[in-house]
Amino acid sequence: MTGMDDLIHALEAEQVREIPDFRPGDIVRFYEKVSEGARERLQPFEGVVLKISGSGTRTMMTVRKVAAGVGVERTVPVHSPRLERIEVVKRNAVRKSRPYWLRRVSRIHKIE
Amino acid sequence: MPVELIGRKVGMTQWFDGDGRAVAATVIEVEPSVVVEVKTPDRHGYAAVQFGAGAVAERKVKRPILGQFRKIGIPPRKHLYEVRVDDPSRFSPGTEVGVDLFAAGEMVDVTGISKGKGFQGTIKRWRFHSRPRSHGHKWFRRPGAAGRGLTKVVKGRKYPGHDGAQRVTVRNLAVLAVDNGRRLLVVRGSVPGPRSGALRIRKHDA
Repeated sequence: MTGMDDLIHALEAEQVREIPDFRPGDIVRFYEKVSEGARERLQPFEGVVLKISGSGTRTMMTVRKVAAGVGVERTVPVHSPRLERIEVVKRNAVRKSRPYWLRRVSRIHKIE
Repeated sequence: MPVELIGRKVGMTQWFDGDGRAVAATVIEVEPSVVVEVKTPDRHGYAAVQFGAGAVAERKVKRPILGQFRKIGIPPRKHLYEVRVDDPSRFSPGTEVGVDLFAAGEMVDVTGISKGKGFQGTIKRWRFHSRPRSHGHKWFRRPGAAGRGLTKVVKGRKYPGHDGAQRVTVRNLAVLAVDNGRRLLVVRGSVPGPRSGALRIRKHDA
């Protein structure tokens, strides 16, 4: 039944948040709400987008950065209310939709 | 006893709950129920409310049931069901109850007819263990012995047979969202039955 799918799509649309346009290969920074006891603070995470999967409310992104010499990859729901905001730091033109080769690139910010 | 409403399973999706976690959710379309008759201890010997819900063509309704609707002057409804209540005087024929009965954060119980699975073996139907495929085993999924000593099979023994298509109630599902405009209820987790299957929803009481 098509009518039923429409109902779900309409509901899901309500959960979609306004996010900037970005693509795999771009450098983004997102601010995650982290609660420490009663206090809540924003924790930034900046890195290169390795993967965007899913669509609508279910869109997930994988972001990689190197922290203290260790590669860290985080996969988060793009529309999660826990992300306070997402900023695009730098746009890059990569040819792959899954630019995993970026894992072997040490100076991510220097790529063109 | 809480009031029950009739709904239709729309399908499943993902929902961000109050803590921002993505959880599995089921969307239910709740058709408003109209009070058809109020049963009182004085007249009927027990307290209950008879509800009707869902649109249906008049020619598809049997005449004795049609009469119930004619009596209060409303078009017939697809489902006619009765719910026991403590205080029937709160209800009067012709009034409607809808999704707004529920609010986000509440707990509900949902009853439906589970999907039919056909004739199933003991492993799927009763969650028996299957035996190893190797190490010299000869049978893997058979039910095994029926018992010993008796020359009969004890009643109630778990055997292969028809599975599913049974009335199942899932209790304590959290209401994630209520959409009064579209008459939708978003509930955490799964709910029995196929999409477009009829469901009964009531508030969970401890």
